[in-house]
Amino acid sequence: MNLDYTPEEEAFRNQVRSWVSANLSPDWEQISLRQAENMDESMAFLKKWQRKLYDAGWAGISWPKDYGGRGATINEQLIFTEEMAKTKAPNLMNVSIGIELVGPAIIHHGTEAQKQRYLRKILSAEEIWCQGFSEPGAGSDLASLQTRATLENDHFVVTGQKVWTSWAEYSDFCILLARTDPDVPKHKGISCVLVDMKSPGITIRPTVQITGEAEFSEVFFDGVRVPKENLVGIINQGWTVAMTILMHERGTSAIGYQIRFRNELDDLIRLAKSHDHDGRPISEDPEFRRKLAQSFIDVEVLKYNIYRSATQIMRSGKPGPESSIVKLFWSEMDRRQKALGMEMLGLYSQLVNGSEWAVDHGKWPRAFLWSRAGTIYAGSSEIQRNIIAERVLGMPRA
Amino acid sequence: MNFGFTPQQEMIRNEAAAFLSQECPMPLVRELMVTQHGHSESLWDKMASMGWMGLIFPEQYDGVGLSFVELSILMEQMGAVLMPGPYFSTVVLAGLTLLESASDSQKERWLTPLASGNLKATLALTEPDGRWTVSRPRVTAERDGKDYLISGTKLFVPDAQIADLIICVAAARGSGKDWMLVAVDRDTEGLTITPLKTMDQTRRLYEVSFERVRIGRDRVLEGSHSALERVLDRATIALSAQMIGGAQRVLEMCVEFSKTRIQFGRPIGSFQAIQHRCADMLLLVESARSAVYAAACNAAENKGETGLLASIAKAYTNDAYSWIAGEGIQIHGGMGFTFEHDAHLYFKRAKADEFTFGDSNFHLDRVADYIGL
Repeated sequence: MNLDYTPEEEAFRNQVRSWVSANLSPDWEQISLRQAENMDESMAFLKKWQRKLYDAGWAGISWPKDYGGRGATINEQLIFTEEMAKTKAPNLMNVSIGIELVGPAIIHHGTEAQKQRYLRKILSAEEIWCQGFSEPGAGSDLASLQTRATLENDHFVVTGQKVWTSWAEYSDFCILLARTDPDVPKHKGISCVLVDMKSPGITIRPTVQITGEAEFSEVFFDGVRVPKENLVGIINQGWTVAMTILMHERGTSAIGYQIRFRNELDDLIRLAKSHDHDGRPISEDPEFRRKLAQSFIDVEVLKYNIYRSATQIMRSGKPGPESSIVKLFWSEMDRRQKALGMEMLGLYSQLVNGSEWAVDHGKWPRAFLWSRAGTIYAGSSEIQRNIIAERVLGMPRA
Repeated sequence: MNFGFTPQQEMIRNEAAAFLSQECPMPLVRELMVTQHGHSESLWDKMASMGWMGLIFPEQYDGVGLSFVELSILMEQMGAVLMPGPYFSTVVLAGLTLLESASDSQKERWLTPLASGNLKATLALTEPDGRWTVSRPRVTAERDGKDYLISGTKLFVPDAQIADLIICVAAARGSGKDWMLVAVDRDTEGLTITPLKTMDQTRRLYEVSFERVRIGRDRVLEGSHSALERVLDRATIALSAQMIGGAQRVLEMCVEFSKTRIQFGRPIGSFQAIQHRCADMLLLVESARSAVYAAACNAAENKGETGLLASIAKAYTNDAYSWIAGEGIQIHGGMGFTFEHDAHLYFKRAKADEFTFGDSNFHLDRVADYIGL
């Protein structure tokens, strides 16, 4: 047991660091604050950024070399995401559903033809992907989804509705879960298909979020024809593919989060020194000092949880149900951290971007609102607790 | 970076778990709870023959020369079975103090027998004010010719009545130093040891009164503030390791019980009210484990900021263990409130541990200082 990186890993860190500092344009922070008003600008920036990463060989570093990745070890992935976060580079999660989720699904379950057709364009951001999982009637109970894919000769015909589909308007393809057999138990009649978003019959209706952004949409499928060869994995065994995707969403993609939260904590500490609360600097209030210390402890514990989970992934080869612990931890601590930011700012916490009196361009209320998403997406905290109870602790099924 | 046990560490953990479940089962713990010293000499001897007393001490003092991580592994297993007796006092408190602060000849005199299990010892640090800082002890060491005379009262001293040697932190009158460390034999004249009646019966705490206790120069340890800080940081981590062991065991008890306890025609473990509580218990105990072993690694490798990591580990583990042990009673229902059931033993231990080597506020304040607030 040790927490040291090898000299090779440290060299890798330096390589990442010098590349990022030479290539990241500092505009991102401002662009992300304007995202509510200008989604196009954000998307254009993110696509350009990913293309830059791709050209330098940094896109999809966890992917096998055969598919255009770097075949990076889990420690290298950790270092890479840490360095990205340190420089406040954009969180690629938004634009790279392709890299983080679709890629691993195709690599694990796809045909050779699918690998050749899709993988490289995911890395280069030539093709943007969205994820068609949740439905109005299938949220936490994802397996009850009703969107139908009926095989007619050499095509599936897809009809149904998806919700909370991030960046749908900007996507070229959708990785979709649909019911291919309605007559078997719900987990056993689902298939995973790749849908061209330009197909006739698709309607996208953006949904405005509590932050004012419309980053996600409702997507309607009305008799959309999808070639049979776009099936991923085996027909009616799409649940297995979905699990691969969700494990990645909860597990490996969280590595590096500790630096983001640490950056935000550092900002809170700066705020504590520069702002008054009740007539004295926040940093001199014994109660706020303890709350900030508690928040610091949260971030450090998250870091060590992630390190342990990375070692576990390294040893077993893939994320397991334990990744639910990391997901539950970071999403719940995010809420505590952002609530503390609001408490420190008091009345000022209500001022958003655009107000002259707003602190840090209103980033705290925005982050506070966003912290309510993390405990819902990729499986709500309640679902994570179910998984931990049943699959990690082996408690009887509810 | 490899933040998991090595095969050798895995082996040590499995051996310790097997040994303790065999040699320190709950009936023995309950038997020792009502004995005078809360200590079993035969268990002590068996641990000595396993090399546990010398685990982290250099081979030149008959130690095994393993690291603080391995010690933390043992601690975790000892905490899981609520092991009574003076292991922690002897090895962690007194042993590390001797290692850090004693001269070579003093180490040969005390550390060598300690490492082989032939000397029990403790550290008398806290006083009636119940504080963990060492700046101004009220117990005094006064120069008298070639000797020192020690006077005053230490409180909450663990295992003092079974310890052969008591290392005491005393204010040094007329020596130019704020305080000094003196090693006193238990049966020295003028020393009175009175047991404290405590809620947690798995441990023994004492009032130790010094009335002009005469000691020679050869019993004064070199000692420095930073050396004592190092001992206290390591003791804090070692105690936190015991606490995660206890917390883990409570969780296991709850999960097992919830599978077999039937209410409303179903095992209660199938109810989400119970499932989610157990999931939160796992989240807390695993997170505490991450913090404790990160601190243990830091201590093992003598990296800087061990104090910060110790405070992170203790503050987090305090809250985790106390909450988990409380839920342990709740989930077991009426049975959990009986003396017969073991849940209260963990609940009491958790509460006592919470205030030992600093409560959460103490450590939060330290963290606030570390992060420049």
